[in-house]
Amino acid sequence: MSTDTIRLTIDRGSETQAFDVPAYESQTVLDVVSWVQQNADPSLAYRFACRVGMCGSCAMMVNGVPRWTCRTHVSKVVEDGALHVGPLRNLPVIRDLVVDMDPFFDKWIAAEGVHHGTRTRDDEIAPVDETSPARVEANSGIECINCSVCYAACDTVAGNPDYLGPAPLLRAWTLLNDAKDAGRVAILDAVSGSGGCHNCHSMGSCTAYCPNELDPMSAIAGLKRETMKHALRGRR
Amino acid sequence: MTMVAYKNRAHPLWLAYIVHRLSGLFLALFLPLHFWVLAMAASEPGRLDGFLRFTEYGIVKAAEFGLVFGLAIHMFGGLRLLALEWLPWSAPQKTLAAAAASASFLIAALFLMRAFG
Ligand code: FES
Repeated sequence: MSTDTIRLTIDRGSETQAFDVPAYESQTVLDVVSWVQQNADPSLAYRFACRVGMCGSCAMMVNGVPRWTCRTHVSKVVEDGALHVGPLRNLPVIRDLVVDMDPFFDKWIAAEGVHHGTRTRDDEIAPVDETSPARVEANSGIECINCSVCYAACDTVAGNPDYLGPAPLLRAWTLLNDAKDAGRVAILDAVSGSGGCHNCHSMGSCTAYCPNELDPMSAIAGLKRETMKHALRGRR
Repeated sequence: MTMVAYKNRAHPLWLAYIVHRLSGLFLALFLPLHFWVLAMAASEPGRLDGFLRFTEYGIVKAAEFGLVFGLAIHMFGGLRLLALEWLPWSAPQKTLAAAAASASFLIAALFLMRAFG
C-alpha cells in the first residue's frame, strides 16, 4: 500500500465523520471500521460476528457499493487512499452503520422462504438425487448467508418498497426445486403477487455483487417461467 | 443519503438494462415523427419531397445511422432479455447464441448495404 494511513469517511445519520486509520498489510474494511470503534470513537455502532464470511451480519456500503466488509480487502476497494463507508441501502437505519434487517427477513417469510415438509419424523428420510437437474438448480442457491448485499444493490427494491427482492426470491426458487419441499403452490402464489418476481427488470446488480457469487437474477427468471406455466395450466 | 449510490450500477448487466430502456424510449419518441412524415406521402406528396431532400445533408445521414443503430441495439436488448428470462439455458449457451445472432445480423446488414448501396 502506498499510503500508511487510510482516509476513512463514515456516514453517521445526517452527518459524515472522517478518520485517519493506520494502514496494514491484508487489512479488511471491517478491520478499518473496528479500528475507529476501538481507538477513536467507542460510540460508533456497527455489526459483525464471524469475521469469516459465514454469518452475513457485516455488510455495509463501501465506496458506493454494498459489500461484506469482513472479506473485503481494503486494497481491493480503496480509492486514492480513501474509503467511504455507510449503512446498507434500502433498509431503515438504526444508528451509524447498523440497519434494521426486519423488512428483509419479513420478505423472506412473505416469499414462502420457509420449509414445507413432506414427511413426519416417523418416515424414512427422502432420498435426494444429487444429479437431478432440479437438485443442481437448488444447490446453486443454497449458500446464501442472508447478508442483504443483493437487497441493497437492487434498484427495483429502491423504487418499490413492496418488492420482495433478490435473496427472498432466490430462496423461494431453491425451495421450489427441492424434492423435500411440498410448498410448490404456496410458493408460486407468494412470488407472483404485486410485490413478486415479475417486478424484476433483470438489472443484475444482485448477481454482480453477491459475495458468494450466487445468481439471484437467474433464479428470479426461473420463477418468472414457473409462475407463467403455473398460470397457463390453470394454477396447478 | 450522503453515499454516492450510482456506483453500484457500473457493471455490464445494468448497462445492458439501461441501454435497452433508453433506446426504447428514444424509438417511442421518434415513432410519431416517423408516421407524420409517412402520412405526407398520402396527404401532401409535394411537401414529402421537400422533406426527403433533407436526407442529403450529412447531419441527417448521421441521424439516420443513429436511428438504425438505436433500432439494432433495442432489438438485441430485447432478444437478450427474452433469452435471459425465458430460456433455461446456461450462461455460456446464451453468450454463444448472442454471438451467433450478432454475427448473422452483421452479415445480413452488409449484404443489404451492398444490394441498396
Ligand atoms: S462478519 Fe460474518 S459475514 Fe462478515
